[in-house]
Amino acid sequence: MSRLFSPLLRRHRLQRFEIVYWLVAVAVFFIFPRNLALATSILVMALFALSLDLVLGFSGIVSFGHAVFFGVGAYAAGLLALGGYAEPISGAIIAGLVAGFVALLMGPVVIRASGLPQIMVTLAFAVIAYEFANKAVWLTRGDDGLGGIKLMPLLGVFQWTALGQTAYWYALGWLFVLFLLIRTVLSSPFGVALQGCRENIVRMRFIGTPVLGRLMGAYVLSGFVAGIAGAISCQTSKFAGLDTLSIDRSIDALVMLVLGGVGRLYGGLLGAPVYMLVRQIAAEWNPFHWMFVVGGLLVFVVMLARGGILGLLEAIAGRISSKLSGKR
Amino acid sequence: MSNVLEARGLWKRFGALQATNGVDLQVRAGARLALIGPNGAGKSTLVGLLTGQLRPDAGSVLLNGRDVTRDQAASRARQGLIRTFQLNNLFRGLTVLENVFLAVSERLGTARVLFRPAGCCHEVIDRASHLLDALGLGGVMHQCVWRLPYGQQRLLEIAIALSLDPKVLLLDEPAAGVPSAEVARVMDIIEALPSELAIVMIEHDMHVVRRFATEVTVLVAGAVLLSGKPQDVMASEEVHRVYLGGLGDRHPPGEAAHA
Repeated sequence: MSRLFSPLLRRHRLQRFEIVYWLVAVAVFFIFPRNLALATSILVMALFALSLDLVLGFSGIVSFGHAVFFGVGAYAAGLLALGGYAEPISGAIIAGLVAGFVALLMGPVVIRASGLPQIMVTLAFAVIAYEFANKAVWLTRGDDGLGGIKLMPLLGVFQWTALGQTAYWYALGWLFVLFLLIRTVLSSPFGVALQGCRENIVRMRFIGTPVLGRLMGAYVLSGFVAGIAGAISCQTSKFAGLDTLSIDRSIDALVMLVLGGVGRLYGGLLGAPVYMLVRQIAAEWNPFHWMFVVGGLLVFVVMLARGGILGLLEAIAGRISSKLSGKR
Repeated sequence: MSNVLEARGLWKRFGALQATNGVDLQVRAGARLALIGPNGAGKSTLVGLLTGQLRPDAGSVLLNGRDVTRDQAASRARQGLIRTFQLNNLFRGLTVLENVFLAVSERLGTARVLFRPAGCCHEVIDRASHLLDALGLGGVMHQCVWRLPYGQQRLLEIAIALSLDPKVLLLDEPAAGVPSAEVARVMDIIEALPSELAIVMIEHDMHVVRRFATEVTVLVAGAVLLSGKPQDVMASEEVHRVYLGGLGDRHPPGEAAHA
């Protein structure tokens, strides 16, 4: 099928810019050896924003409280490590499964709603989770958070270094593997059906799709991935606190996604570094008014580039190629 | 002959409006039934009740002899009750092929597959593209739906329905909004459908009804006024009084060309 122009049916094909993205992610390790803590937190947020893209961008489920899964994953990983289960990779998977289970419980309520009620329901869950963690001091240590976490060396070999070399590779490895998983699922007929639900959920019912079941699949997978992002955040910073469950965390991921481009797979992966670097640079430049810069950037993107940075790049690339073909 | 679709005493009320008043309807296998009636007669409500979009206040719906009154719309669709929409209800942001791909992969059960690229599901793609070729949409297969002219969007509505391998097909004004030059093409496609398939068509255009139907049911004020052969129904004075009387004004004489 060489003449297949369908974007949905050829998503599985590797594109050139994808290789560039991952090469840059590897290069960062060698170019910025002193900034690996920031770089690792960028990777964590990129993974979190990617999990949000799966539901928001590809399935049409609006989640304003996705930090629930991030926080559950972070606390689960922290409690596991404090409880003596110190193997990081399986710990992160268990934390992801716990978050996925929470998504399984929340899903039927969230997915049955739509539009504004859906936004309110997801926000409400986020507030409940935050307040629960705040009050359940016996479990979460409240404001103090879970500190003093110790992990076994990665793969039994690599010690967790002070400058965060191991942490960076660990986070990048997770991001890559889970990205491949989500990319594969979204390229599959199941993924095409999710995008059908996003486009027209009523018509999906009339072609016989069990809409709730399909969307639950996406929601639980997204919860699982967000939970692993939270777990990595806890494992690499050796700390899990209330901020992992905060509304700010949910909104940050949403902003990164919108900035990078919703429903484009690389939106969060691109939005996270841009947003966090702009925030970092603006905060260094002016510790009091840095939010102006970040806000200005957002307004600019929303006004001028509706598809985010990726949408803007696509438009530019399209214009260049049409000019080139016009000259011939 | 047994009924593939049957409505028994369906009642539905919206607030003060009694939209469906104890409607009985039988659709045999291979039926070519036209459902006619003036605006507000309750045709759309009846289709909603039959397909599971609406829940009746009383009465039941039987599909292949099975009571499906409590089944969801998606479940009824999987049992072979497929409808099209009067106003196009498509996946507008997707391409024509992707629209039909969604339906075919649902029908074949491929839509549950997680770890195989959709672009490699050749059985789905081939089936979808064959159907599109047969309906004359092969040339626009890779176009986005919102770019298509309205007439082709109407054909795509039918293509999606047919790709689901229906047992009963409910066509809600399939020719509405189609340029008059293309109505004949839509009708040709409908007439070429397998004879064992039961088709119920809601239609205002009497030329289309005369050409398509072997039986006609007239719905007025949410109840069945009359059922019978097209020529008998159209000869009935009662039907003329409530329905056909105004028809001559609404349809320009030029449309008689496709009768």
